[in-house]
Amino acid sequence: MYKYDEYDQKIVRERVAQFRGQTERYLAGELKDEEFLPLRLQNGLYIQRLAPMLRVNVPYGMLNTTQLRKLAHIARHYDKGYCHVSTRQNIQFNWPELAEVPDILAELAEVEMHATQSSGSCIRNVTSDQFAGISSDEIVDPRPYCEIIRQWSTFHPEFAFLPRKFKIAVTGAASDRAAVQVHDIGLEIVKNEAGEVGFKVLVGGGLGRTPVIGSVINEFLPEKHILSYLDAIVRIYNQLGRRDNKYKARIKILVKAMGADKFAEKVEAEFAHLKDGPTTLTQEEIDRASAAFPEPAYEQLDAASAQATLDQQSSENPAFAKWLNRNVREHRVAGYAAVNLSLKPTGVAPGDVTDSQLEAIADLADKFSFGEVRTTHEQNMVLGDVRKDELFEFWQAAKPLGFATPNIGTLTDLICCPGGDFCSLANAKSIPIAESIQRQFDDLDYLYDIGDLDLNISGCMNACGHHHVGHIGILGVDKKGEEFYQVQLGGNAGTETSLGKVLGPAFGAEEMPQVVQTLIDVYVDKRVEGEQFIDTYNRIGIAPFKEQVYAKAD
Amino acid sequence: MPKLIKDNAVVDNTWELLEATDTPEAVEVPEAGAIVPLNVWKAQKDQLESRKNSLGVWLNSDELAEELADDAQGFGLIAVNFPGFMDGRGFSAARLLRERYGFEGELRAIGHVIRDQLFFLKRCGFNSYVLGEGANLEEAIASLSDFSETYQAAVDQKLPLFRRRA
Repeated sequence: MYKYDEYDQKIVRERVAQFRGQTERYLAGELKDEEFLPLRLQNGLYIQRLAPMLRVNVPYGMLNTTQLRKLAHIARHYDKGYCHVSTRQNIQFNWPELAEVPDILAELAEVEMHATQSSGSCIRNVTSDQFAGISSDEIVDPRPYCEIIRQWSTFHPEFAFLPRKFKIAVTGAASDRAAVQVHDIGLEIVKNEAGEVGFKVLVGGGLGRTPVIGSVINEFLPEKHILSYLDAIVRIYNQLGRRDNKYKARIKILVKAMGADKFAEKVEAEFAHLKDGPTTLTQEEIDRASAAFPEPAYEQLDAASAQATLDQQSSENPAFAKWLNRNVREHRVAGYAAVNLSLKPTGVAPGDVTDSQLEAIADLADKFSFGEVRTTHEQNMVLGDVRKDELFEFWQAAKPLGFATPNIGTLTDLICCPGGDFCSLANAKSIPIAESIQRQFDDLDYLYDIGDLDLNISGCMNACGHHHVGHIGILGVDKKGEEFYQVQLGGNAGTETSLGKVLGPAFGAEEMPQVVQTLIDVYVDKRVEGEQFIDTYNRIGIAPFKEQVYAKAD
Repeated sequence: MPKLIKDNAVVDNTWELLEATDTPEAVEVPEAGAIVPLNVWKAQKDQLESRKNSLGVWLNSDELAEELADDAQGFGLIAVNFPGFMDGRGFSAARLLRERYGFEGELRAIGHVIRDQLFFLKRCGFNSYVLGEGANLEEAIASLSDFSETYQAAVDQKLPLFRRRA
């Protein structure tokens, strides 16, 4: 994992001092509300429905166990004993005191963490593939580039007051797990015929009120040009993006209005000025960043014998077999596996994790996985490098701690924003809807029979719960002060990204479990051998679902 | 006399800012020390050209720096207006004026900028700053150096950190 040097350390410390001063001026009445607002947002601090919310960056989802234990400490001492994994791989605290936030930031700085630009109209935390470095379909490890981009975007003097928030995601694998098609800028690391590394650049994707799939504006940008090219894109956006209406201020609106070709031309023209300037990456810097993510000290393992042991353990213990099947993932190194820790047991807000759980995860990671943990945009955590012959022991240790629920990738592993229980933007609650659906589908065998299904819930059209790209998407809406839920079908994240279609009129909260049940019944009835929900939907379309759901509602 | 921050000091604001106008031909431009709207410069360029070094021009936030691509050099002062401090277009304008259009005179941030932006403004090439009514300028100067190290190349530091890391 990347380690701060004296420069990085100095910059985060100076940031803490700066924010401490700003907070003191605000509390002393020297800084107006409207002037403090963007300053605190650029430190990840929202004022929510009940209390401030502090969003801490987890750059590209990587955490070491020192950091995890620090997050546990913060949850315990400054919050109510838990925190929340967001859909952009970050960690959110729901109950900090404003006056204590500078102290929290100082604690974070000690472990090389910060909340810089985790909110506000600026370049946000760069996100990536939770299986970076360990997936067999990886072309190039994206993390060194993510770190290079993190440093470039941190306190970028020109881009701190953009028209709107700006999100960048990077993937380096054949299968996209970073949702690059629905980001302001999506970067796909590719190799050309000569074997050189470069980026396919997508721009103008996004969810929110106006979901759009990004347009490719460069098929192959050589790696050394990445930062100057990003400078060019964001400079065009900063100058020409709309500022008169915040709902039309994202780069996707500019790209749409101008046309992707025209936008690409403008970027090229700007880039022509910047190309080969001092911001051009040096080979030394690429090497330095790459060296920051060394391969862990994998042992030469006998994969066949490990597999045989696993098979034996599975046949003796069906519950272990279920967990192995759903929560454990292949690793590019023989004899190792990546393990998903489910943060979605029924009855807990999806993505919530307590202080003692964080410490327990740290202990597990130290014992089983080289002391590193990853957060995922599905709001779970991953231990990336567990020996297969230790999986059984791992499972036995993880189970009583509450994160071995064998539901990864299933309907109950749903993505859900904090919603109206916490968020002041929300139109409707989302956590109780998640729970009522989880309760409806509490039979594991039935859940496995339903198979892979992404169910995503957002409490408002800002789409933090990524409802547009859920196979089943649920959107909370407000009608004359009452909460209703609109259902969308056919969205998809990843390589085959598509946006869901609205099923029809919205439902009341109490109807939702049955609505989802009916959708599943239609799928189970209509599916042919080997089809997942999304495949059946793509084959038969929305009509049969619509018919059944609204027939029953009458 | 109103005050502002220039470089690292509080000084008198000796320039007169001429307001935006719909009749740029009709504006009477004082002999020296006036900052004229872009459209006045464009309308009266022939007359004003010869005394450019004692003249200033200001760009509004919806006027691209490109408008001064050929003219920037030689002005005594260029001001960039921030109608609201959240409107960050002026940061790009400043860098372009400095890095692309070769402007070396006083580059001034006007309108609504706040103390907490000074460090970024300075990095983008501004060297004078008119803060809002009631701002404590002496104290605000400290924010020009909120950070002693930076990652990116900009006007004040031509090399990104990765080219300078020991």
